[in-house]
Amino acid sequence: MVDHILSILVFFPALAAVLGFVVHKDSMRAYGVAVAAIEFILSLWLWHSFDPNVSGMQFIEQIALIPSFGINYIVGVDGISLFIIILAAFFTMIGIASLTDTKDVKNMIITLLFLQMTMVGVFVALDAIVFYVFWELSLVPMLYIIGAWGGPLRIYASVKFFLYTFAGSLVMLVGMLFMAYFYYQATGQWSFAILDWYRLILPESFQLWLFVAFFFGFAIKVPMFPFHTWLPYAHGQAPTIGSVILAAILLKMGTYAFIRFSLPLFPDASVYFMYPIAVLAIIMIIYTAMVAYAQKDVKQVVAYSSVSHMGVIILGTFALNVEGISGSIFLMIAHGVVSGALFLLVGVIYDRRHTKMMDQFGGLASVMPRYATIFGIMMMASVGMPLTINFVGEFLSLLGFYQQSHILTLLAGIAIIVGAIYMLSAYKKMFFGNVTKEENKNLPDVNKRELIALVPLVIITIWLGIYPKPILEPINNSVESVVQLMHEKSITEEAKKRIPNLVQNLAINKTSAREAH
Amino acid sequence: MLSPVNVSMESLNLVTLAPMLIPVVGALFILVIDMFKSSLDKSLYVMLSLLILGIDFAALIESAEIFNQSGTAMGVFDVMLIDGLAIISQFVIVAASILFIPLALSSKRFHEFSYPEFFALFLFMIAGFQFMVATDNLILIFVGLETASLALYTLIAMHNRDKSFEAAVKYFTMGALAAGFYSFGSMVFYALTGSIEINQIATVLAANNYADIGFVLVGVVFMIASFGFKLSMVPFHTWTPDVYEGSSAALAGYMSIVPKIAAFVVAMRIFEFLIHSGIVWLEVILYIGVVVTMTMANIWALVQGDVKRMLAYSSISHAGFVMAAILIGTTQSNSALFLYWILFSFTNLGSFSMLWISRQKNLPIGQSSDHSYEKFAGLAKSSPLAASIMALFMLSLAGIPPFALFWGKMYMIGSAVTGGYTVLALIMALNSAIAGYYYLKLIVYMFMKDPVIVYEGDVSITNATYSLKTIIGFATVGTIFAFLAVNPLLEFVTAFVYNSGY
Repeated sequence: MVDHILSILVFFPALAAVLGFVVHKDSMRAYGVAVAAIEFILSLWLWHSFDPNVSGMQFIEQIALIPSFGINYIVGVDGISLFIIILAAFFTMIGIASLTDTKDVKNMIITLLFLQMTMVGVFVALDAIVFYVFWELSLVPMLYIIGAWGGPLRIYASVKFFLYTFAGSLVMLVGMLFMAYFYYQATGQWSFAILDWYRLILPESFQLWLFVAFFFGFAIKVPMFPFHTWLPYAHGQAPTIGSVILAAILLKMGTYAFIRFSLPLFPDASVYFMYPIAVLAIIMIIYTAMVAYAQKDVKQVVAYSSVSHMGVIILGTFALNVEGISGSIFLMIAHGVVSGALFLLVGVIYDRRHTKMMDQFGGLASVMPRYATIFGIMMMASVGMPLTINFVGEFLSLLGFYQQSHILTLLAGIAIIVGAIYMLSAYKKMFFGNVTKEENKNLPDVNKRELIALVPLVIITIWLGIYPKPILEPINNSVESVVQLMHEKSITEEAKKRIPNLVQNLAINKTSAREAH
Repeated sequence: MLSPVNVSMESLNLVTLAPMLIPVVGALFILVIDMFKSSLDKSLYVMLSLLILGIDFAALIESAEIFNQSGTAMGVFDVMLIDGLAIISQFVIVAASILFIPLALSSKRFHEFSYPEFFALFLFMIAGFQFMVATDNLILIFVGLETASLALYTLIAMHNRDKSFEAAVKYFTMGALAAGFYSFGSMVFYALTGSIEINQIATVLAANNYADIGFVLVGVVFMIASFGFKLSMVPFHTWTPDVYEGSSAALAGYMSIVPKIAAFVVAMRIFEFLIHSGIVWLEVILYIGVVVTMTMANIWALVQGDVKRMLAYSSISHAGFVMAAILIGTTQSNSALFLYWILFSFTNLGSFSMLWISRQKNLPIGQSSDHSYEKFAGLAKSSPLAASIMALFMLSLAGIPPFALFWGKMYMIGSAVTGGYTVLALIMALNSAIAGYYYLKLIVYMFMKDPVIVYEGDVSITNATYSLKTIIGFATVGTIFAFLAVNPLLEFVTAFVYNSGY
């Protein structure tokens, strides 16, 4: 069974969702939690069976789908994708568990289970078309979640979300078809398998164009400045569960795809575009931080801060060395945990007051002490305080990029401090001072159901902040092989210089070790 | 004294005629039955038509086997040409007709289905299309085209509403114009080469190295105009939305598939050698036509207030998309055309059938047209299954994987990439994104809005019967599980297209 664990992980939620139509709506929540818990346990089992010392793909399965056009169902997992899969399973579980009274709860849970299938599918797919299938399919459940359960502007927000991402992905599809065509020209065989593509060395001019085509698809998903405009609407209108899944998992598809596709396929283009993208990332960090400071709605603050941190992830990815990329993958997980938790926390207060305006709150710390504590921890994690999960990722990302450019790293570091300003001021407005509003005086503190969702997140935040090794090590192994591949594949002098050669370093380390003896 | 004309039956190869003669004989048979006993129920005629089409399909399988063994067959004084293109397109024509004809068994009684002539004309029309695709001869193409078109005009008019008469007359007028253009185009080619066989024309033109390029272009322009009408390419598309609106939803769905595949095959035969001859002008005209058809139809579809008109514009856009295959002109693109159209016929017939089963006899107050968007508002609450199926068809039309049409789109864009048409590939991709909006609009109405008009009972299945639901079930399964069928289809289509030399 462990040979097919990935397919089971992908299709188990979908099967459960189909069967879920039969389940009575009063029992639906329990069914959803049970299914998501089984899925989560399966994902933990995957981690257990995963060999952290192997850098390549594991648990590979291959089934021919359209062999005459080189499309196969290939799935596999390595250190880069493993933890995002676990994160997806985990968030679906706590998302369903913490669902408050929603209308049509049955439809919501079925939709979430379908969404889970597409999310896991994206992260395990090793064939470009299969990847694309899941990537596009993930839009549909999200469209429905935002459009059916969202706020007053939900239709505009959901359609904008859908069309924006759809348009970007279609450009990416053209890029994929070109890539397959180049592979066909080089080898005489059609193939969409990513591992086959890794072996293909393209001239720099081709790389540049293809990089741009893929960039559109990924950058809109991340979303990078200036393609980020759909996100505040989507977050602003989405129900809590929608925002949580969107911020924690869906946005990671973009950054993950950069590491899975753009870097190893187009190393020279990655180096070529490193500075422009880094500048975009820094604009994204600073600009969205400033916008976040101006928000009156606490959910928008969290939404913009989430965009801002995605900028750090991009920066780390385009450091193009082991520290930066490992850091960015770690930060993806950290960002998922922290921003997911923050959206859950905003949902908690929204359920009680049905408003998200910060001026409606104030002095909540005295009314809801447990809530204030958890919010405080998560906010500290979000601003990157040491010993929290975000700090590890941000530190490594910046450390990685420091080797490429000092000035830009400095700018990004300053921007993270600005991040602290808006988060702290938001926290001040909500929690400190006197309780000014009559309605706030008797708010109940977080209840058991909410604690079930929030406490594990707090534990993860602090545990991985203090001891990140169990996650960082497998990530590091896989990233090393990616960076080495990039170095070997790159053609230009510039790229050879920018992307470190790990084998050589290793050799040097060994000789110096021998000399030391 | 003249010696008697001596033609051996062997050389006529009459078996090439079999697939066309079956529906003709069947149609006559239906008329004969009506002579003996009139006012029989429509179910009899539907089932008879199904049986006849079934036999037709079997005959096609037979000729496909012959093609596999001995390649292209000529027959009846070399007028008939049974090559791979002819066989695949006939498969599509007959299969789509088999899916269409049970739609006549609606629960509401509609005027046209009470006449046996409807079914006879329907079978004549199929025979016409089959003749049209299975020949190389410009005159026989014309005969097939006119047989089919005249039958189709009548079928539309039999719907017996004011709008249907308008639609039929409009279609007839435009069709007559197209027929005129076609005969002018043929005349020019005949004058240039002294032949009415397309391959002869190609040979003669190539032999004198396109010396009379001016006249060739005149002929080409007439041909493009004529097929522009038949395929509803912009700017010859103006009849399409009105005709679709005037005819019943089922027939509109049928019209968006079968007449077009026949026209595509003829266009492929005529334009293929011209494209490969390197006439830049033709390429430019076609390029502009393809891009304008895709883009403009998409933009017009955005602003429609009626789902049927929206689908009409969307099928114009799809036709433009597929026309790109003829422009690209490689084996891959021609196979992509057939793959696309097979997948498209499933999805599009399904979505028009969904409109058909929700068809009311009379419009209630507040509903502006038969299938206005308001009618579908909040459908997900009243009948979730119908709404989900409709949404599925819309997603498939929009090209969301893994539903049927995505594979066609992917392969088509892939063929543009392989053929060196990079910009065209991008335009095709971006057009799919524009199209996403209006398909999404219907989903938004169904799933995210509240009902506008209160209906008695379930409006989405007011016209439904078991046979209609079965057809929709077929279309749904075909749309969802298309990814399993793509590989065999692709291999089959590619082999047939390649062996016919396209």
